[in-house]
Amino acid sequence: MKAGDFSYRRAGDVAEATAALAEAGWDGKAMGGGQSLMPMMNLRLAQPTQLVDVSAVPAMRGVSADAGVVRIGAATTHAEIEDGAVPGRLGQIMAGIAADIAYRAVRNRGTVGGSLAHADPAADWPSALLALGARIVVAGPAGGRTLALEEFQQGAFWVALEPEEIIEAAELDEPGPAARWSYRKYCRKPGEFAEAIAAVLHDPGGGTRVVVGALDAAPALLADGAALIGADLERCRAAVAAVAPGLDDYGLQLHAAMLRRALAEVAA
Amino acid sequence: MSGVSLTVNGRKIAREVADRVHLGDFLREELNLTGTHLACEHGVCGACNVLLNGVPVRACLQLTAACEGAEITTIEGHDDDALMAELRAAFTRHHGLQCGYCTPGMLATARDIVLRLPDADEDRVRLELAGNLCRCTGYQGIVAAIRQVLADRRA
Ligand SMILES: Cc1cc2nc3c(=O)[nH]c(=O)nc-3n(C[C@H](O)[C@H](O)[C@H](O)COP(=O)(O)OP(=O)(O)OC[C@H]3O[C@@H](n4cnc5c(N)ncnc54)[C@H](O)[C@@H]3O)c2cc1C
Ligand code: FES
Ligand code: FES
Repeated sequence: MKAGDFSYRRAGDVAEATAALAEAGWDGKAMGGGQSLMPMMNLRLAQPTQLVDVSAVPAMRGVSADAGVVRIGAATTHAEIEDGAVPGRLGQIMAGIAADIAYRAVRNRGTVGGSLAHADPAADWPSALLALGARIVVAGPAGGRTLALEEFQQGAFWVALEPEEIIEAAELDEPGPAARWSYRKYCRKPGEFAEAIAAVLHDPGGGTRVVVGALDAAPALLADGAALIGADLERCRAAVAAVAPGLDDYGLQLHAAMLRRALAEVAA
Repeated sequence: MSGVSLTVNGRKIAREVADRVHLGDFLREELNLTGTHLACEHGVCGACNVLLNGVPVRACLQLTAACEGAEITTIEGHDDDALMAELRAAFTRHHGLQCGYCTPGMLATARDIVLRLPDADEDRVRLELAGNLCRCTGYQGIVAAIRQVLADRRA
């Protein structure tokens, strides 16, 4: 259970990180908190030869808010968000999600950017931030681009990042004052990856986003989410089956139950 | 190899380490601090929890090379910590350990619970302990010990 051989370097800024990754090509990997990468390396499921640590890059640390847009540095930890690093209503919502990710010792190191780049379909930020309408700020040697999380997430453990690119930040719009939120997940044990996830943002000012996660694919943003508010179990089963036709009956029921509860909570 | 300077239990240390060596192995094999236990080595069990800059982390998921400038506290480094003394006494009194394999990690988490969540009730203590596995005790004694320290501090 020990990682294979590799070289480690700590990047001081975004340009240094992307240049180092460009040099390493497909054998290089960015490292945030290492809380997904290190287990995979210890199990030899991943064997990069060059690690580029981005966890201390100043531009990727911390949270800022300007004119209703909140920017969360990719290297911000789950624990920082749990402890209130994100301001306002969005911060309340995100603190609640962060608090239920893994365990405090893992949250002290694990980062938002690492979670989004890793793109485990059962992880929390990929579903929660999709419902919250996040945009991903990507940096590469040739410059940056910003894309919606639904474009960024391509599949299970698959995102729109080139080997030399990193996530610099996530950007979110502050939800309106009347916005309602619900996040439901089913886990056998606290801190374990979810077996089913549903996330709903119902914002009379900004629209409704309904997400089903912990599928075999990237989290699904349901079409016409607003029409589902308050839906019963039958309709939830149909809505889940439409985006995840491969689910067995147990999986379908779990996902539909989480979705029903989330939709009921925002309707209440 | 990377040169790394860090502080372990108050002692300044500068070493050359192979980049692949995680902090748990470094503490045990380079510094002979065998109180940090390794079990799963993929973040699940909490036996390896140590304090990094004062907060618990998994030593098995922490590269030593990434610890430049860090302050590490292992179970051997809490002699002068008043809270740890209270926790040790409570663990003894409530039979919070049998074989002791999980105990260094349990104490790192327990200390964090008491400091961060002084109002924690039993449910919260159990929730926060979800990341530390114990094969022996059934958790009853561990939970009782932490609750006693919380209650004593509230009194
Ligand atoms: C026991 C345990 C339980 C867990 N339970 C949960 C859970 O319930 N829910 C949950 O959501 N997560 C869970 N996790 C995962 C945890 O949240 C991780 O912190 C997270 O998935 C990865 O973040 P990281 O910063 O540690 O990334 P790392 O492990 O450092 O990296 C993960 C991947 O992302 C890439 N990467 C990292 N940062 C960047 C960046 N800025 N730009 C581009 N690529 C980057 C790496 O190259 C790697 O491929 C758990 C982990 C453990 C060990
Ligand atoms: S040995 Fe580190 S968490 Fe199990
Ligand atoms: S006392 Fe033996 S594992 Fe906890």
